[in-house]
Amino acid sequence: MNLAEGVQLVSTGILGVFMLAAALGVVLLSNIVYSAFLLGMVFISISGLYILLNAGFVAAAQVLVYVGAVNILILFGIMLVNKREDFKPVANAWIGKAATGAVCLGLFSLLSSMVLATPWQLSTAEPAGEAAVEIIGMHFFSDFLLPFELASVLLLMALVGAIILARREYVPDDEPENEQKVLTLRERPRELVPTGGEPSEN
Amino acid sequence: MSSGIDLQRSFIEILVSLGVPPGVAKVVWMPLPMALILIAATVSIFIAVWLERKISAAAQQRIGPEYVGPLGALQATADGVKLIFKEDINPAQADPILFTLGPAIVVIPVFVSYLVVPFGQNMVITDLGVGIFLWIALSSVTPIGLLMSGYSSNNKYSLLGGLRATAQSISYEIPLALAVLAIVMMSNSLSTVEIVNKQAEYGILSWNIWRQPVGFLLFWIAALAECERLPFDLPEAEEEIVAGYQTEYGGMKFGLFYVGSYVNLVLSAMLVSVLYLGGWSFPIPVETIVGGLGLSETTPWLQVILAALGIMMTLLKAYLLVFIAVLLRWTVPRVRIDQLLDLGWKFLLPVALVNLLLTAALKLAFPIAFGG
Repeated sequence: MNLAEGVQLVSTGILGVFMLAAALGVVLLSNIVYSAFLLGMVFISISGLYILLNAGFVAAAQVLVYVGAVNILILFGIMLVNKREDFKPVANAWIGKAATGAVCLGLFSLLSSMVLATPWQLSTAEPAGEAAVEIIGMHFFSDFLLPFELASVLLLMALVGAIILARREYVPDDEPENEQKVLTLRERPRELVPTGGEPSEN
Repeated sequence: MSSGIDLQRSFIEILVSLGVPPGVAKVVWMPLPMALILIAATVSIFIAVWLERKISAAAQQRIGPEYVGPLGALQATADGVKLIFKEDINPAQADPILFTLGPAIVVIPVFVSYLVVPFGQNMVITDLGVGIFLWIALSSVTPIGLLMSGYSSNNKYSLLGGLRATAQSISYEIPLALAVLAIVMMSNSLSTVEIVNKQAEYGILSWNIWRQPVGFLLFWIAALAECERLPFDLPEAEEEIVAGYQTEYGGMKFGLFYVGSYVNLVLSAMLVSVLYLGGWSFPIPVETIVGGLGLSETTPWLQVILAALGIMMTLLKAYLLVFIAVLLRWTVPRVRIDQLLDLGWKFLLPVALVNLLLTAALKLAFPIAFGG
């Protein structure tokens, strides 16, 4: 074994331990903010594993999408709604925990038996390395065109949904004059009508 | 295209000729450029801080620092020493782990991004295939550190500052990435070295700024916003939220934020010069000058001079941009948060998309000029 292989082996070990420890922390810690930050660490470790697999572009994309966007949005959501309150202990909580543990163990054993039973066809081809970007692009616009376009439609739907949720419809200019002013966001009370109907006047 | 000076090869050859195995020689080499870049990045802070103080003083008709070192050049060192010796304080009921980790997470990605900044054909730590994309990915990690420090400070201004910083960073990342994408499309590569080489052919005339004027402005505005420089320093807007996520920090933890912001500014300036101003290349192609003087590019002393010239050009362009940023900071007022988000989403994003579309169309129509 030469030096490069040794470094790779040690890095794989360290990244794997980091990833597993952080993932366990995400699930087991009761502080949800810690869980969210540890989730970022899981993503970073996975991206390190991608680098060891010679997939630099996928690693960078992993950091950009999962750490830079998904994880930050999760944190944003948590921090905007997080109330530091002590929850009342639920009676017989151990039943839920035991059921969760049993389901997780079952899934784990099923997956590991699948991993062990499947005859994996290890590719002997050279890793694409730096040319990976071009190969990925070619696949996106040939045999993976449909999933690619479907994903973009999905994102568009999410975008439209977010805009509809976030858009505030302001009350027109006729201000009530003598009423005491309450400093709130001025917003028309939301009517319970489907939003996809005829366009409103503004 | 000359390959230029190759320190790594020469170093390894010298060690091998001394009887060291090639593998060991490479291992001995590897930490050297990293340490050098770390030191250079740290020193660049002192220069940037000195520039900031002197230029702001000149803009306000003051003198600025003048007693500490020649022309006050050691003022930043004095500040740094002061910060190091300050007591390390954790505020009451703050979360000590996150409070300590936050500044580190802000600083580390900035320093790691120096991996891809080229100072010459072979004067770069690694010529990664994903090059500039790595920088975009790494710069998206910073907001996590900001959120972390804002949240853990147990201070509402800190939390507001952290949330603002994140919102700003996410909004301006998109036009930034789209502006870079237009450049990548013209250069047919993500690698920073390749992007500079594509601009080297006709000297100053082939720099990307002439082909991407809109992209240059977009990138510069978005980069200033990512660095949280005025006019976009809302996350630490003094009049509104004390000092944003930095409010509760003192000593070297605050120093890390300070270091991070200036290193990030210099890094962004360097990347603007790499993407739009021809990186290390001289305004007149050096090949022409060398050929006109009747010299060979493989002459050792000439290679050293050309390498030094390349480093000087990169730094010169970068610090020119830092100068502009400092001047902007002391002349332009801060925008409001709604104006900031409007500018990002309703102006920069559509313009960046149109710019990308136009670049693609021009690339198809004029493949000679737009890197077909």
